[in-house]
Amino acid sequence: MAASSADPAAGDRASRGGRDAMGLSLSLLNRLAGAPLLDRLGLRRPVQKAVYEATRTGFRTAAAAGRSFAAARRLGKPARPATAAAADLFDLTPTEDQRLIRETVAEFATEQLRERAAEADQRCATPDDLLAKSAELGITLLGVPEELGGIGTGRCALTSILVAEALAGGDLGLAVACLASSAVSTALVLWGDADAQASYLPSFVGEDVPAAALAILEPRPLFDPFELRTVARRGSGGFVLDGVKSLVPRAAQAELFVVAAELEGRGPALFVVESGSAGLSVVAEPAMGLRAAGMGRLELAKVHVPDTALLGEGSTQTYTECVRLSRLAWCGLAVGTAQAVLDYVIPYVNDRVAFGEPVSHRQGVAFKIADIAIELEGMRLATYRAAARADAGKPFAREVALAHRLCVDKGMAIGSDGVQLLGGHGYVKEHPVERWYRDLRSIGIAEGIVLV
Amino acid sequence: MINLEVPGKLGVLVSQARQSAAEIFRPNSRKYDQAEHTYPVELDVLAALIDGLNASGAGGAGASGVRRDKDGDKTKIRNGANLATVLGTIEMCWGDVGLLLSMPRQGLGNAAIASVANDEQLQRFAGKWAAMAITEPDCGSDSAAIRTTAVLDGEDYVLNGEKIYVTSGERADAVVVWATLDRARGRAAIKSFVVEKGTPGFELVRLEHKLGIRASDTAHFRLENVRVPKANLLGDPEINVERGFAGVMQTFDNTRPLVAAMAVGVAKAALEETARLLSEAGIEIDYDRVGPRAPAVVSTYLALEADYEAAYLLTLEAAWMADNSRPNSLQASMAKAKAGRSATEIALRCVELAGSLGYSENSLLEKWARDAKILDIFEGTQQIQQLIVARRLLGKSSAELK
Repeated sequence: MAASSADPAAGDRASRGGRDAMGLSLSLLNRLAGAPLLDRLGLRRPVQKAVYEATRTGFRTAAAAGRSFAAARRLGKPARPATAAAADLFDLTPTEDQRLIRETVAEFATEQLRERAAEADQRCATPDDLLAKSAELGITLLGVPEELGGIGTGRCALTSILVAEALAGGDLGLAVACLASSAVSTALVLWGDADAQASYLPSFVGEDVPAAALAILEPRPLFDPFELRTVARRGSGGFVLDGVKSLVPRAAQAELFVVAAELEGRGPALFVVESGSAGLSVVAEPAMGLRAAGMGRLELAKVHVPDTALLGEGSTQTYTECVRLSRLAWCGLAVGTAQAVLDYVIPYVNDRVAFGEPVSHRQGVAFKIADIAIELEGMRLATYRAAARADAGKPFAREVALAHRLCVDKGMAIGSDGVQLLGGHGYVKEHPVERWYRDLRSIGIAEGIVLV
Repeated sequence: MINLEVPGKLGVLVSQARQSAAEIFRPNSRKYDQAEHTYPVELDVLAALIDGLNASGAGGAGASGVRRDKDGDKTKIRNGANLATVLGTIEMCWGDVGLLLSMPRQGLGNAAIASVANDEQLQRFAGKWAAMAITEPDCGSDSAAIRTTAVLDGEDYVLNGEKIYVTSGERADAVVVWATLDRARGRAAIKSFVVEKGTPGFELVRLEHKLGIRASDTAHFRLENVRVPKANLLGDPEINVERGFAGVMQTFDNTRPLVAAMAVGVAKAALEETARLLSEAGIEIDYDRVGPRAPAVVSTYLALEADYEAAYLLTLEAAWMADNSRPNSLQASMAKAKAGRSATEIALRCVELAGSLGYSENSLLEKWARDAKILDIFEGTQQIQQLIVARRLLGKSSAELK
C-alpha cells in the first residue's frame, strides 16, 4: 500500500520499517496477544473479536467482487426528477405522504436501529437484516423516478431529509449505512446519462440493493472538496483514476462507487467506478464514530473507467450541487441525532436526584436543556428551508451553508452537552450519549457519503 | 407543504417597510441617537402612512397586527397579520430599532390592547398610542411581585405605585399599567389597566439616559390615587387562580416574536453593512468554500449569519403559529431567546470585524451594537426565556424550577 504523504501515521510507519496498515494490525494483534492483563480482566475474547472486526477488511486486497451491472432497458434520454413550484405560503406542515413516511421510518429507527446500535458500533458493521429492512421500507426507491422503477414523482430533498432525520433518531452510524446506497442512486438519477441510469439503477430498485458509496473525502488536514488530490487523467477510451478516498461507508461491501476526482484541466468531477475494477482496494478505516457504517479507505491505483463513467459531463455545476446536497443530507442526520440527545437527557435530568432534588431543578442544568432545544429548532428550520428551496428549484447555496454551519457547531455542542448532563454516566457505554458525542463530531468533517 | 419562504402576497409590505426604513429611519438614525429625548418629528408622516395601511386591512405594519383572528377556517394554513407584522418589523428595525419603538401608535401597549382587549375597548382605544408599564423599582423579571395596587372604588379602580422603563411613556397617549388587585393572591390578581395621560395623580418622574435605543424615550412614572374607569381593565376582572397569570401573559406570546423580529432586523443591518465593508476590503463570502481553508473572517461571518438565519426562522415560526391559532408560548420564547442573544453577539462581532470603522461614530455599527443589547433584556430577559423553555420541556412548575 502506498501511504499518502499527508497521512499522519505514514512517518510513524516508515520509521518502523515501512509497516502499512495491515502490518500495523498484525503488530497490534501480536502485542495484545502477549498481554497477561487481558486474561486477568477476562477481556481476551472481546478484544480478539474487536480486533478481528476492526481489521478484517484490512486483509482484503481487492474491493468487493461485485455483480455485473448489465444495461437494462435504456430510455432515450435520462430521466430527471422535476422540481416543483412550492405553494406560495410560509408553512411548516409536512404533506400527508411525508408524515406517513416519517412515522414509518421513525418507528423502524426506534424499534430496530436504536436497539442494535451499540452492538453495530462495536462490531463496525451493520447487520444485513437491518439493511434489508431499510431497503424494504423503500428508502432507495424514494429518489428514483417512476420511469426508472422507483417511486419518486419529483425532487424530494425535503422528504429525504425527513427520512435521514428519522433514521438518525435511531442511530447515526446505522442511518449512514442505510442511506449510503441511495447516495449513489440519487447521484445517478440527478447526473447520470441514459446509459448509466440503464446500467445501474435497475439494481437499486430491485430486491437486492447493492452496497454503494459516494466517495469525496480524502485523508489529509484542511481538506477542501474543491481541491482534490485524487486525479482523473484521460486515457484510451476513458479515464485513469489515482488517489485515496477516506471514510467510505461500507467500503468493503460496496459494489459501486461514485468517486470525486480532479479531472485534468476541468476541475473536480464525479466518476462511477465498479468495485471489480482493477487497481481498486479497500482498507478498513474505523473512526471515532459512524462505526456501524463500516468505514474504509478506498485506494485507486491506475483505475481505468470508460468515458461513460463521468457524471454530469464533468461540469463544475454538477459537482458543486453534489457537495451542497451532501452537506444538506448531513444536516438532516445532525438534526435527528441532536433530537435523540434531547429526548434522552430530559427524563435523565428529571429522574436524577442530587442534593435532595432532581438535577433539572437547577438552572445550570435546565438552561442547557433550553439551549439544546432552541439551537436544535434553529438547525431544523434552516435545514428544511434549504431542502424546500432545492425541491423548488431555487438557489440554495447560501441556505445549505448556513444550515450546515448550524448543524456542525450547535450539533457538536449538543453532543457534548448530552454527555455533560449525564456526568459520569454519560461517559460510559451503558448510555448512548457517548456514541452520539462521537458520531456528531463527524458532521463537520464529512463530505459526500450521503446525498438528498 | 413545507416552505419557509416569504409568500409573494407579503412582498409588497416587506418592500414598503424596507423603503420607509431606508428613506426615513436610516437618514435620521444618528441624529436621534445623539439628540436623546428629542421627539423625532419625521415619524409623524410615516405613522400616518401606517395608520392608513392598517385601516386598509392590509395589516402587518404595526403593533395592532398581533391580534388573533378567532374566526376563519382552522384547517387551512394561513399567512396572516402576525407573520406580516414580524416581517415588517424586521425591515423597519433594519432601518432603526429606536425609531421603530418611537413610532406613534405602535407601542407595546398597543400590542397588549390588540391581544387582550374586548371589542368595546378595542374600539374605544383605537387611534391611541399606548405604552406598556410592567417594571417597578423593585421588580423586573419577577412580574408576579408587582406592588402597584388597584382597588375598586365605585365605578373606578384607584391605582397606586411606581413604574419604570416605560418605553414611549412620555410621548404615548395612554399607558397600559400592570397592577395587582390583591397582593395576597399572587399572579392571578395581576391585571392590566389603560391609564390615559393627563389623569390626575399620574406623574412623570423623569426620562432615562440609556446605552442605546436613545431615539426612544424611557419614562419613570409615579401613580398616586390615579382613578381609571372600571371599563379600562383589559381582559377578565375576576381573580381566577386556575387561569392565573394567563390573561396578561398571553400578551407575551404575541409581543415576544415582535421583539425577536426587532433583534433580527438589527442583526440583518449589521451583517449587511459588514459584508459591504468586507467586500470593499476584497473579501467575498463563498458559501461553498466554508471549510477549514476559508479565511477566519469568512468563517466568523458565516457563523454569525447562521445564527441570524436560525433567529429569523424561529421568529417566523412563532408568528406562523400565532396566525394559525396554535399555542406558541414555547416558540415565542425560543425565538426571543435566540434572536436576543444572537443580535447582540452579531452586532458586537461586526464592530470587531470592521475595526475602528465599526467602533467609531463614522458608521452605524457601534450604534447597532448598543441598540441590540436591550433586545436581550426587555419583554423578558434571555434568562427568563430560558426558564420558560426549560420549564415547558422538563414539565416543571415555577416553584420547582426557580
